[in-house]
Amino acid sequence: MNLPVTGEQLTFMALAGIAALMAVGVVVLNNPVRSAMCLVVNFFFLAFIYFTLNAQLLGISQILVYTGAIMVLFLFVVMLLNLGGKQIFKERRDFKPILGMVVGVSLFGMISSQLILPMLKVDQIRADNAYGAPQSIGKTLFTNYVWPFEIASVLLLVGIVGSILLAKRRV
Amino acid sequence: MYDIRPPSVDWSMVTPVVLVFLTGLAGLLIEMFRPKQNNNSIVLTSLGGLAASFFVLYGQLSAEAGETLAGMVLRDRFGILLQMALVGVCFISILFSEGYLREKRIPFGEFYPLAIWSTMGGMLMVASNSLLMIFIGLEVLSISLYVLAGLSRAEQKSEESALKYLLLGSFASAFLLYGIAFVYGASGSVHLSGVVKAWATNHANTQHMLLFGMGMMLVGFGFKSALAPFHQWTPDVYQGAPTNVTGFMAAGSKIAAIGALFRVLSESVELSQAWLPALFWVAILTMVVGNFAALVQKDVKRILGYSSISNAGYILAAILAHVKAPDKIGANTIVFYLFSYAVMTLGVFAVISMNAKDGREGTRLSDLNGLWKRSPLAGGVLIVCLASLIGIPLTGGFFGKFMIFQDLLTADMTPLAIVLAVTSVVSVYYYLGIAHAAWVAEEGATPAESAPMNAGLQVACVTCLVGVFVMGIFGQPVLNMIGGIVR
Repeated sequence: MNLPVTGEQLTFMALAGIAALMAVGVVVLNNPVRSAMCLVVNFFFLAFIYFTLNAQLLGISQILVYTGAIMVLFLFVVMLLNLGGKQIFKERRDFKPILGMVVGVSLFGMISSQLILPMLKVDQIRADNAYGAPQSIGKTLFTNYVWPFEIASVLLLVGIVGSILLAKRRV
Repeated sequence: MYDIRPPSVDWSMVTPVVLVFLTGLAGLLIEMFRPKQNNNSIVLTSLGGLAASFFVLYGQLSAEAGETLAGMVLRDRFGILLQMALVGVCFISILFSEGYLREKRIPFGEFYPLAIWSTMGGMLMVASNSLLMIFIGLEVLSISLYVLAGLSRAEQKSEESALKYLLLGSFASAFLLYGIAFVYGASGSVHLSGVVKAWATNHANTQHMLLFGMGMMLVGFGFKSALAPFHQWTPDVYQGAPTNVTGFMAAGSKIAAIGALFRVLSESVELSQAWLPALFWVAILTMVVGNFAALVQKDVKRILGYSSISNAGYILAAILAHVKAPDKIGANTIVFYLFSYAVMTLGVFAVISMNAKDGREGTRLSDLNGLWKRSPLAGGVLIVCLASLIGIPLTGGFFGKFMIFQDLLTADMTPLAIVLAVTSVVSVYYYLGIAHAAWVAEEGATPAESAPMNAGLQVACVTCLVGVFVMGIFGQPVLNMIGGIVR
């Protein structure tokens, strides 16, 4: 077997292709719930790409934080607002799409002008073994950064107490 | 690979913060078991815990300076003094909060833990040279305050205040975090010593990033300490929040924000000097806007909001004097002014909180009419604290302003000194307006009602009164206690 692409490249292409397809779906679909579901799939496939790069912790956080927390919140809001069908997402014809296009294209140009040339030389899609590994991050978190880590838990406690205080009806 | 060595911990350095945190936790636990509508046990526990923390801090006043927990916690005299001020502010606020919340019909037991944790956030901010800790401390402080500002949910004003504070405060936090990210990117360190090193090594690329990051951080701190042009939220939030929360916010949040701002500016002083011209105009603008905008206000809490802006301007001027001439001018002016500002502003808010009765509260100037007849003590405390805010001799405010003036002249910043003097004269008008409403103006057809002063409020008022006079008359001994915090 002498394929023109390696297995790694094939995996990457499959994952990245689906992710890109889903990103297009977010913009193109008219139903907000479908858009949101596309975004969920997109996030999942991004996480899979991270896994193939050996950045397991990043992948797990991507799934937990974006898919688990943020997207579920999005969906809640979308469903609670109960947008009335398709007409909501019909765009009016004014300067906004053009402005958005200009900003989008220039951002794309700016990022790609910095990224494409160095990326062309890359033939191995794999980060160093220790880079971003759960072990090294855990080690740092529980040694040098243990105090901020603990204070962050106080921050969460404040958030919980505060939201319950604001939500409860009687004293 | 799994060879984990925890950083060495000097437990004495974190004891005060941990004590304060546990006090809040104890309050929260008691809240579950207390009898309905009765917060006395929570109040007593809170006061006890805060007092214990205060004495631990006092005991460490002459302790050796140093860092622990991998540079996340710093102990020095400046930090300990500001921590003591923060704990004291929380103590006094809780003293007069119990009666106020009961009269306002919002006696939530969760108020006390949240106020205490907010204090803890401030304590973390002023005692660290790590930008990470400053940010997390700021978030603990602010998120508690967002909730407290919206405590009185039946009132639309309070809800507006909380929402406005949340949105603008998060915006400011984002600015601060953006700046910290840039500084980290340029220096590879979240610790200020690393930032200083990166600035000194003179790489042209990273210097621009450092400058930009520093600017963003200054915007964030500017929001938090209510410096013009980032002050717009202040009057609305101050007016809408419950009065005891406003008092705590005005004194505590300001001490923490200014303390952190001072740390960042003074630790990386060569870097901050690049921002000196901009900060110079910010200081002038803050003093002018705060004092002139207050002239046309009719609501006491709004006036005090603008007063808080102008005081931020005075303190910023003092900080700039230090940044300009770090060898000649120490931090003791700033610490002294923060102490006296906390005492006098808390005194005014304590008196104003008297106006709440049966779930209603009047905060317009006319609602103060006849206050001295209703309670001579409150009228007296009000007038002394206002005199101190104006800067009349024998009060702490006078001594503080005088020292800032002197520092500015020493640092060769005469324009700032002139603006300070002129705007202080302008401020006489609106402070006297409050005093006039309380002492001279006749009561209208329907006299304002106020609940009788309870013991907590009386103690809080008298403490502020004594504080103002002690700092005014025995200014020099107090300064000696603060000691020479020259960098």
